[in-house]
Amino acid sequence: MSHAADPLAPVHAVTQTPYKWGFTTDIEMDMAPKGLNPDIIRLISARKNEPEWLLDWRLKAFALWQAMTAPEWAHLHHPPIDYQDLHYYAAPRKQAGPARLEDVDPELLATYEKLGIPLKERAILAGVEPAEGERAPVAVDAVFDSVSVATTFRATLAKAGVIFCPISEAVREHPELVRKYLGSVVPQGDNFYAALNSAVFTDGSFVYVPPGVRCPMELSTYFRINARNTGQFERTLIIADAGSYVSYLEGCTAPQRDENQLHAAVVELIALDDAQIKYSTVQNWYPGDAEGRGGIYNFVTKRGACRGARSKISWTQVETGSAITWKYPSCILAGDESVGEFYSVAVTTNRQQADTGTKMIHIGRNTRSTIVSKGISAGRSDNTYRGLVRIMPKAAGARNHTQCDSLLIGDRCGAHTVPYIESRNPTAKVEHEATTSKIAEDQLFYCRQRGLSEEDAVNLIVNGFCKEVLKELPMEFAVEAQKLLAVSLEGSVG
Amino acid sequence: MNALAPLPPAWLREGAAAFLSRYEGLRERLPGDVAVRAAGAAAFRGRGLPGMREEAWHYTSLRALAETRFAEPLTPVADCATLMARLPALDAPRLVFVDGRFRDDLSLVPTLAAVRVGGPGYGTLAQPGREQMVALNTMLAEDGATIEVAEGADAGTLLLVSLGTGGPPDRPVAFHPRHALRLGTGARLVLFEVALGAGGYLHNAVLEVSVGADAALTHLRLQDESSAAFHVSTLYAEIAARGTYDSFALALGARLARMEVHARLAGKGAAAHLNAAQLLGGAQHGDFTTVVTHDAPHCASRQTVKNVLAGRSRGVFQGRIEVARDAQKTDGYQMNQALLLSAEAEIDSKPQLEIYADDVKCSHGATVGELDPEQMFYLRSRGIPAPEARAMLVRAFLAAAFEPITHAAGRAALEAAAAGWWERQAS
Repeated sequence: MSHAADPLAPVHAVTQTPYKWGFTTDIEMDMAPKGLNPDIIRLISARKNEPEWLLDWRLKAFALWQAMTAPEWAHLHHPPIDYQDLHYYAAPRKQAGPARLEDVDPELLATYEKLGIPLKERAILAGVEPAEGERAPVAVDAVFDSVSVATTFRATLAKAGVIFCPISEAVREHPELVRKYLGSVVPQGDNFYAALNSAVFTDGSFVYVPPGVRCPMELSTYFRINARNTGQFERTLIIADAGSYVSYLEGCTAPQRDENQLHAAVVELIALDDAQIKYSTVQNWYPGDAEGRGGIYNFVTKRGACRGARSKISWTQVETGSAITWKYPSCILAGDESVGEFYSVAVTTNRQQADTGTKMIHIGRNTRSTIVSKGISAGRSDNTYRGLVRIMPKAAGARNHTQCDSLLIGDRCGAHTVPYIESRNPTAKVEHEATTSKIAEDQLFYCRQRGLSEEDAVNLIVNGFCKEVLKELPMEFAVEAQKLLAVSLEGSVG
Repeated sequence: MNALAPLPPAWLREGAAAFLSRYEGLRERLPGDVAVRAAGAAAFRGRGLPGMREEAWHYTSLRALAETRFAEPLTPVADCATLMARLPALDAPRLVFVDGRFRDDLSLVPTLAAVRVGGPGYGTLAQPGREQMVALNTMLAEDGATIEVAEGADAGTLLLVSLGTGGPPDRPVAFHPRHALRLGTGARLVLFEVALGAGGYLHNAVLEVSVGADAALTHLRLQDESSAAFHVSTLYAEIAARGTYDSFALALGARLARMEVHARLAGKGAAAHLNAAQLLGGAQHGDFTTVVTHDAPHCASRQTVKNVLAGRSRGVFQGRIEVARDAQKTDGYQMNQALLLSAEAEIDSKPQLEIYADDVKCSHGATVGELDPEQMFYLRSRGIPAPEARAMLVRAFLAAAFEPITHAAGRAALEAAAAGWWERQAS
């Protein structure tokens, strides 16, 4: 690594590290033919033994989607997507739905082992060495292409009354809950990608935490796209009933391929009176190669509704993957004194493009929201924060604080900040601040002078830059996220 | 993507069609460069009036404007004594336009700058292909001033005045003055631009400003149009190396106002200040939109924008700072603050950074809130009556925007206008 000659050498080293999760799993798949039409939707619905009402719901979404056009307002550039050139259903053949762990295809278990997500109960998540003493276990729902292959710790959760299962199973086992809440936060016609998801979603997680229950362990879903030419359209629905608490983690990877693959998920969160939902994501889909070939197009609609008084929804995301990220996890703060939080680190390198941020809609009185967004752009990437803070007329005493910081590494990348601030109540207080800068030479110099390598110095500075967000992650994820940051940026300074 | 963009609403299309038919009827008689005008007309025919689906007009609807059928201003003989009496008392030459046409009898033509009037002052900076209201102006401009300050000259202070007389209430008029201002190398000028009026009208102005190397322009603007008027103004400023464009705009009037500024820092070491205050009440809608483009290294831009919103008014601020790849060592700062004085007022703010260079220092901040109850309490507890205490706090809130104005007489005139607005609100 050149030092004196090229001050950005360590950053370059970071961005040039190959994607470690890019392997494919050779497994017999049950695929729907390519294309999207009502027959495909009927086929998906039939494969999943869905009730009539859900099929109708999907068909209505499809009709809405057909009348819509893809949004073009984001700071993103990609060739048009041919929605007829995709498989909308792909499932591992031997697995007709979640069953006992022993029944899961060993090939699949091996895949998740390789990803560091052992689907064995009592195991813990994500390549972290077990600490001495006790560590709370994590329940995992593993989604492979279109279906959930395993959900762990179901018995333990059931004892506490928590329902944690694939959404396809929830449709059959808990139709009253699904019917009541599905689409109640993100309606079918909400936006182009949400409508597409509503028509063709295949699996995802369903969580219901009954009143007064503190979920005894972290819940986690691990998404894996494997098959070629497929899109992944998962749907997650989490309901925290009055006075309950749940923390949910989400991770994702995909194989390394030259073509782009589509991921259009919808996540709906509902928090009733005094309930709290903490939703953490480490998004590490395949980002494409240094020239921008391949990678996942990640068009995701995530929204939480704080319906109850004093409820709280907190989004934390670390976004390092995907060729394109289009994602705005939002909070609708309807309940009086409800709280919304958004903590985000988005790293883009090479040719990645990220347009991400949040919306905080203040409806109830004395609602509060906090937004902390850290964008790091390197290589030839573009990184945009786009956010909305809206104070409705009845949101007396509402409070928002937003901080957006961007760090530029190299002179071929872009960092953009597009906040929208709308206030219609004089007693509300909204504050927004944003800064853009590069890694300060004096900071680098200081670290180097104390014997840190340039790469370690950059890592240290980047970690410090992101600290406010990383500290919000559950511990296992925080460790993974820090490693991921280091790997993503490897080689960016040079 | 796979379908055509939806058609703009009928009222927007009909509004545009009315302007186009006006152009068709007048085109033979309109003065100035035919090619520039034709290009403006082609752009307007293609895009029409801006709708709220367009990002640049996200918060400002031109519906009321599009639904008004404007007539041609009558021969400019109107008696303007009342309006003239409202001009700031500055001992300076002035160029007065009434309903968009130059009025020799009301003007005092300056001697230190070369001035041409009698036709649109088309410069080279306006972008009718990008800004629809500029296309409309280019198509229908009838008059304007072309002002040149020679290399090294200090042209002192100049007033550029627009008076709208509106005509009878059922016959609102539209005028589209077009001005160009060029400062040669090392030249200096203080331009005080005033827009006043009575009755209903559309004032759609375009001003193109070119600041030469080492030149300095102080641009003070007072928009106090009639409460029945539409005010749209688009300003393009291009600043060469080490040049300074130092501006402050005070917006008080019009039922619907949009002030749009595009400032481009084109040479190394150029500087731009785009400060503004919008004071709105009643059902007014005021929009202050700026785009600062850093196209050269070592440039600085500073912006402090304050909004005070009473009644059912709606304030909009959109401020974008763009930093090009080569504009290293850019220093960009923007602060925008809004004070909501009533339960029905609304502020929509969109500060924006678009940055492609890495060695930059750019920041923006935005705050929205009401008068601080603790500060009110402090003043009240010292025996200051509530209305006075409020006035003091509003004045203090605005101070940061007024402070950078170095031209003492201009600043006094603007402060007096702001104080007058406050008195009108209080009464």
